[in-house]
Order: sequence, then structure tokens, then C-alpha cells
Amino acid sequence: MDILVYLENNNGKIHRISLEAVAAAQSVGSELGLTIGAVAIGDGAEALASEASGLDLAEVLTVSADSLASYSADGYSAALAKVIESESVQYLFAGHSYQVRDFIPRVSAKLGIPFLGDNIAVRTDGGSPVFTKQVFHAKLAADVTASSTPCLVSFQSAAFSSDDAASGNANVRAADVSVSADEVRTSSEDPFQEAEGGVDLSSADIIVAVGRGIGKEENLPMVQDLADALGAELASSRPIVDSGWYEPFRQIGSSGQTVAPKLYIALGISGAIQHVVGMKGSKNVIAINKDPDAPIFEIADYGIVSDILEIIPKLTDKLQE
Amino acid sequence: MKIAVLIKQVPGSDSPLRMNPGGDWIDENVVAFEMNESDSYALEEAMQITERTGGGEVVAVCMGADRVQKIIREALAKGADRGIHIKEDGKGEADPLVIAKLLSEALKDENFDLVLSGLQSDDLGMGQTGVLIGGMLGMPTATLVMATEIQDGNIRVKRELEAGWFQWVTMHLPASLAIQSGLNQPRYPSLKGIMGAKKKEIKVIEKSALNGGESKQSLTNLHIPQAEKQTEMISGEADAAVTRLVEVLKSEIRVL
Repeated sequence: MDILVYLENNNGKIHRISLEAVAAAQSVGSELGLTIGAVAIGDGAEALASEASGLDLAEVLTVSADSLASYSADGYSAALAKVIESESVQYLFAGHSYQVRDFIPRVSAKLGIPFLGDNIAVRTDGGSPVFTKQVFHAKLAADVTASSTPCLVSFQSAAFSSDDAASGNANVRAADVSVSADEVRTSSEDPFQEAEGGVDLSSADIIVAVGRGIGKEENLPMVQDLADALGAELASSRPIVDSGWYEPFRQIGSSGQTVAPKLYIALGISGAIQHVVGMKGSKNVIAINKDPDAPIFEIADYGIVSDILEIIPKLTDKLQE
Repeated sequence: MKIAVLIKQVPGSDSPLRMNPGGDWIDENVVAFEMNESDSYALEEAMQITERTGGGEVVAVCMGADRVQKIIREALAKGADRGIHIKEDGKGEADPLVIAKLLSEALKDENFDLVLSGLQSDDLGMGQTGVLIGGMLGMPTATLVMATEIQDGNIRVKRELEAGWFQWVTMHLPASLAIQSGLNQPRYPSLKGIMGAKKKEIKVIEKSALNGGESKQSLTNLHIPQAEKQTEMISGEADAAVTRLVEVLKSEIRVL
């Protein structure tokens, strides 16, 4: 198997980000003439494999064992390392999810092979893939290459579209690897959610989101006033929640909610990728930030380089006229 | 409890950033460097763990050029007991496997109970070093750590999952944990701390004295990305900009 795609389990279904990795693999595979397979690990591997059997893949592998019943970095990294070796995998592709960040580096350490993480694009050059990664708060980008295979590669959320994962007919096979109980040194409790707020931001038409640029908590009422004038919901980037100024449910991004409103106004938000993945689907984005190099402007339809503390009250006044 | 905290010096989020004249790296002369954000939370967590468990040692470990001694001193001023500086020249190593190998070599004989790192650096953002070191030193690992509890040779950590979910995971010590920003309130150095930091030890290890192995991943062609969208930049004085913005809201986005 030349390219193997890791299929992550999201409540019994293939995680969207894994389907995006399938689309990436199909794109690279067709350019370089490489065979593509997928692997699912743990309880639910059969269900995921059955779902993946409808994709254009050479084969779908499953790995099941008592030690893999629930996710652990030790167990999943051991399983995946063994599959990479036994199936002579050259490229392991995955979505850059929280789970992948947690266990793929262990595969890298175990096999001594590089992990090229969090890429936003891939092209081929001289028969090898060249990946593009954002660096320095997404203000710059760089090419990333591996000098040898096998190697491990992950793609940022929405780098590819899951709709582009081509359909087909793939065989399902149980991979001949096992992971013993003593390879797993951690024990996990059941996942839980902390107190949920009463606001479903995903159904809001207009969202006014505030970031670090607001400076201090005393400045927040002006954001509320603007949101009221627009009939908008309030949201924020992570630092505002970390500071305890807004409830966690107002956080947009990879660790918070994902939204796609008609209008998203980003106030003093730099546009770190962890935030952007939660709002880049918005129909219209207005960004106001005093830093002209803030990456939020890359994805904005309208931008104002200015101090939000000056613009917000003036905008609210104008809207109330 | 003996804890190593891996800290990195990176361009601050508000720092100017531009390419150097050669076009192969950032122009470090205009950069305002600071301690990587999630690393400062890792440092605070290390000090809180030693305070909760009745003592121990917190060692701030940093790799980089001479300039990084500034954040090692900052860590010492905040309460770390000593520092280790792995000294390298130029733009620095980019391959996480090599970085982790170098750090593992420097740490392995110290027998740390815990290795704490920030989740991800704000420069290259590889987000792997802490887990790689755990793998290389034979420790269990956890990432996205939002809380820690030491229990009798074990550590129980609250991990952040996606979309607002969390999970508690327990493992034996020694362990390597990648800390998520926001789990505590990093302290400011006191005047006494700043004065005391000057007397604390920073052990300097030349990178060339350690075996990092060969590089297997390279990062080249650093460039300014093209905008994904056509952005209309609204310029002018604040009043004029606001007038234009309201016009956009009314007649282009049509939300008024």
C-alpha cells in the first residue's frame, strides 16, 4: 500500500477531516500513480471500514483488539506503526485533528520517521509530494518535504473538501497486527462536556466576534452594544475565554464551535488558524484589526486597519442613527 | 517532583514580521521575541505542581541562539530553579525529530518525573516535540492538557477533545505532557524573583555535543501566502471608514 489514510471515528462515522485526507490521497495518488488504502482502528473499525468501502480505495484495513477498544495514544500509535511496517506503507495521510496530534508523533518516535503535520496543500514535484504549511501565526507559509519514506502527513481542516473523496468499491480486510494490553499505559475515563450555554451560535445569522485586540475586560460592553445594534450573537477567540471574560460556549475555533453565518465581524482577532477553522465558512467576513499583517485579512471580504476601540463605538452610533 | 519545562522563544503575536533580504528566513532584527504562549502556561503548571506536592525542582529547558537566555532568565525570575540552554546558531533546527532527539539526550540522565511542554510553538507550529520526547524516553504522553492532579506515582490529566468535550486520562510517572493555553494564570515575576534569577544556574550545552541524528524533514521556500479572497480594504479616517462599512452592510451584505 503506497498511501494509507487513517480513518478517525467520530461517533461511529468517519470524521469529516479523514474524508478530506482521502480526497488529498486520491489527488496525490492519481498524479504519482500510487495505490491508496485506508485503516480504521478500535471498536467501531468495522463500521468505519464498511462506510469507507464505498470510496475509491484499493483496500480498507481494520485493526481491532481488546487493548484498542477505546482510544489511547499508546494503543493507537502501536497499532498504526505495526500496520505501516507490515503493509509497506510509504505515506500515512490523516486529518490534523486533536486525536491525530495526540498519537501520530508517537508513531514518528517509534519508527524514527518524520511527521509532516498540519499542511494546507500538496503539489508534486519530480515524482514526490511537496506540502505547504502555515508558519508564524499563518503570516507566512513554507514548503515541507520528507527526505525519505515512510513518512506521516496530516492536513489542516478544510484544506481539501470531503465532497471530493471519490466513490468506488473497496475490499475490507482485517490487518494482521495485534496490540497487547501491556502496551497501553494509560487509562481513560468517559468523555464529558462542561456546562453548555443556552446559545446555539451555529444558527446565528450575524456574529460579532472579539479577540485579544479588545485589550481589557472593561472594553467589552461596547462589543455588546454593537452586537445589539446589529441583532448579532456575541462570540470570541480563545484568549477571551481563557481570560474568563466570556463563557466557553462563545469560543469559535478548533476547540470551540464551528459557525458559518451570513456575516462574521472579527474585531481585534489576529486570525490564528485555530480560530479560522471555526469560521472560514462564513458567507461574509469583515475584519477590523490594527495590525495590517494580521492573517484574518487573508480570509476577509472587507477589512479595516484601525483600532477597534475607536471604530466600534462609531459604528454602533451610526447604526443607531 | 522534578519537572523539566520546555520553553521556546518565538516572535510575539504583535511583533512585526518580514522576510530577510536573502528571502530565506524572517528578518530577526525587527522581531520582538517572547516566550511561546503555551510554554508560559506549562511553566506555571510546573510551579503549581511542585507547590501542591510540597516541593521539588523546576528546570527550564530551551534550545536556540544566545538571545533565548532572556526567556530562560524570565522563567528563573518567575520561580524556576535552574535553566538548561542548548545553544545553536543561525535560524535553528526545524526537524521535530532532530529537536526531540537533542532535547532527549540533554534530559535523559536527569531522571525527570515530568516533562511539560507547550502544545505548539507560535513560529513553526510543529506541535510534536513533547510527544516525541515522551516516545524517545519511554514515557506515556498526553496532549491538550487542561488540568493536572498528582496521585501517588500517577498523574491524572484533563484532556481537551474537539467541540467542547473533555476527558480525564491517568498514567504513571514519569510522563510527558503537552499543555494547552488557558489552564492556569501565569504569574508575573516579582522584583525579588528578578533579582534572585541572576544568581540561578543556566547550564549551556553546545548543540554539537549532542547527537540529534539526521534530518528527515525540511522546511524551505518561506514565503508570504497569497490571499484566499479578494479583500476590499476600507481605508481613510475612522468616520469615513464607518460610513463605508454601514453602506457595505446595507447594500452589499444586506443585513440591515
